[in-house]
Amino acid sequence: MKTGKTNVVSKYNRWGYIFLIPFFVVFLIFQLIPLVNTIYNSFFENYMSGLRRVGPNFVGFQNYSALFKGGDLLQYFGNTMIMWIMGFVPQILLALLLGAWFANPSLRLKGQRFFKTVIYLPNLIMASAFAMLFFTLFADGGPINNMLIQAGMIAQPIKFMSNVWTVRSLVAFMNFLIWFGNTTILLLAGMLGIPADLYEAAEVDGASPTTIFFKITLPLLKPIFIYVIITSLIGGLQMFDVPQILTNGSGDPMRSSMTLIMYLNKHLYSKNYGMAGALSVLLLIITGILSLIVFKFTAKKEAK
Amino acid sequence: MRKQMKSLLGLSLTAAMALGLVACGSGSSSKSNGTSNSAKNSKEGNVLNIEVWNDEFINRVTDHYPGYKKINATKGKIGDVTVNWIVTPSQDNAYQNNLDKVLPKNADASADKKVDIFLVEADYALKYTDADANVAMKLSDLGIKKSDLADQYKYTKDVVTDANGDIRGASWQACSAGLIYNRDAAKEVLGTDDPAKVQESVKDWASYNDTAAKMKAAGYKITSSDIDTYRVYSNNVSAPWVKNGKVTIDPNIKAWVDDSKKLVDAGETGTADLWSDDWAKGFYPGGASFVNNKGADNQANLTGEKVFGYFGPAWLINFSMHADDPASLAAQGKWGFVNGPQGFYWGGTWICAANGTDNKKLVKDVILKMTTDKDILTAIAKKDSDCVNSKTVLKTLASDKSFGNKILGGQNPYQMLADGAEKIDMSKISIYDQGCNEEFQKAMKNYFEGNATYDDAIKLFNKAVVEKYPDLKAE
Repeated sequence: MKTGKTNVVSKYNRWGYIFLIPFFVVFLIFQLIPLVNTIYNSFFENYMSGLRRVGPNFVGFQNYSALFKGGDLLQYFGNTMIMWIMGFVPQILLALLLGAWFANPSLRLKGQRFFKTVIYLPNLIMASAFAMLFFTLFADGGPINNMLIQAGMIAQPIKFMSNVWTVRSLVAFMNFLIWFGNTTILLLAGMLGIPADLYEAAEVDGASPTTIFFKITLPLLKPIFIYVIITSLIGGLQMFDVPQILTNGSGDPMRSSMTLIMYLNKHLYSKNYGMAGALSVLLLIITGILSLIVFKFTAKKEAK
Repeated sequence: MRKQMKSLLGLSLTAAMALGLVACGSGSSSKSNGTSNSAKNSKEGNVLNIEVWNDEFINRVTDHYPGYKKINATKGKIGDVTVNWIVTPSQDNAYQNNLDKVLPKNADASADKKVDIFLVEADYALKYTDADANVAMKLSDLGIKKSDLADQYKYTKDVVTDANGDIRGASWQACSAGLIYNRDAAKEVLGTDDPAKVQESVKDWASYNDTAAKMKAAGYKITSSDIDTYRVYSNNVSAPWVKNGKVTIDPNIKAWVDDSKKLVDAGETGTADLWSDDWAKGFYPGGASFVNNKGADNQANLTGEKVFGYFGPAWLINFSMHADDPASLAAQGKWGFVNGPQGFYWGGTWICAANGTDNKKLVKDVILKMTTDKDILTAIAKKDSDCVNSKTVLKTLASDKSFGNKILGGQNPYQMLADGAEKIDMSKISIYDQGCNEEFQKAMKNYFEGNATYDDAIKLFNKAVVEKYPDLKAE
């Protein structure tokens, strides 16, 4: 009797596994195999010089030591993080503010749908098109310089692309513009998930809107918040298209806006699977560590 | 009943998945049904595949190759043979990446997929005409003799000659170049716009730099960017970029750095990238206001940048100086042409026969007709304004009074172009030239703009070269 019942259950459970097969097959072919392959490739010297292929020769950790030699990698990591933070901080602040406004029923905002659509729109433009647009706008003789000169604010055109901080600011600003709408929608969804009776109770107790925001909204928003930070961090580490197009792949001036993935892209010219593989593996490790830190740091208080 | 339905559904789902995978697996192998190569050898193939990066050669063949019938933009017919143009833009190295993929395996491709002709540019020609790579056929194997090419300029043959002295390509263009100068500026500053006298003030780099200072005083930059003069210096080096696997900086390249740094610091030239809007500002009269540029295109010169000259060949004059825009200097015929401080060339397209082609006879005929047939070359010069690769044709054109160039205010530049082409020496090229030249210009921009010292810029250059060519050493 008993064995018969478990038999039925386990037979029924089998369907669960069968329905999981499509995912695992796709995952295996498009994710796991390339991942393992990348790690494998990172231990080989394997590139093209002209039409001649060099390798593959097993070289152990030589690719990794070549990456760390000279400290360039640290510089590119620093560039990436600086430009990410410069874009992310204003982005999360504005998103929180907009989210709080949209989620607050007592404000009775008109045209919410319209504004939600508008702030999301920049995300629909291809990042490379966006960067191309900015490249043209901020060229030495571009519209921005023309306008500033015509308005008499400057006498000589500003060379936006030849200064470390203007280039970095432009990259950060573009990332901010592209992503703040998306973040707003995510945070808004989180805020709308907070039960309304909590707000009502707080209001009855005489809490000010600021107190409500910091004592109720923010703590209850934490899971969504962690999600936003981690996804944005991973996206930030993979920053590529905007600075690549804006600086024409050079990361100028003096590679001060070269990100890790742009550096990875440099190895594609010679189809250098070894170096590119090693860099990818490092990137995987860095992403993992950073995500863990963020997760540990923000999840700690919740456990208490 | 319900249970059966469920298992049936599950079964069909898994079956669908499995089927999809099987279909994927077999897709690639089922295509090799072409007839075997040995059987085809005696007969010519039915399809002529030509790899190009833009429509330039397509137009030349359409207009000038006898018997070519156009079907659409990328298809045509020569007799019974279908001509298939495969266009891959050269941006981001896409054209070369494509060649790298298909050419080494060309002999094993199915008959209709074989590449028969591919085009190359001078900057990377050696990569494909290399004897070891052996992806471009020796012209002698096609039955083209050296005497067939006797009328072509030597440098155009040097560019596609491998280490053993075999020629593996041919060009219909000889892109010798010089200084294209603004006639108004010449009159204003030098007191004359006569080419012979203007040449005197730019005859070597010392007088060129003196002229730059005079131009600056009158509000002109001598060139739009430091990059303008790069090719003039780099075509006159004493040794190739790479020797025994080591990157070395030639004295003439160093001279470009030193001269350009002085010019940039003095405000006598700029640092815009080639082809950027900022670079092209000088194509328009300077100081124009919004009002009188109404209707002109958006690159009109609003910031009042005035430029004395651009270094370039005939195609730059004819196609790139915005002659179709009535507001431009080119449309008003206000440019002149002189040889400038040193001889150089810029651009040009070479035709190579892909190893493994199954249309040898046709390929031979295309190369011979398009690069050596004097009637066709004359027609190309007349219709498309190419500076063609034939000493006799250029000589005829130079003495032809009707051949004045409107953009150059009626000046006939062919004698100068022909003289320039004789002087070019391209024996100092290496397969690494394209990457080295690009990275050197990029790195030096940092030095010119004051973002780095010369030594730091050189370090950046070395780093970038080794990234592109991991087998090189650079210190």
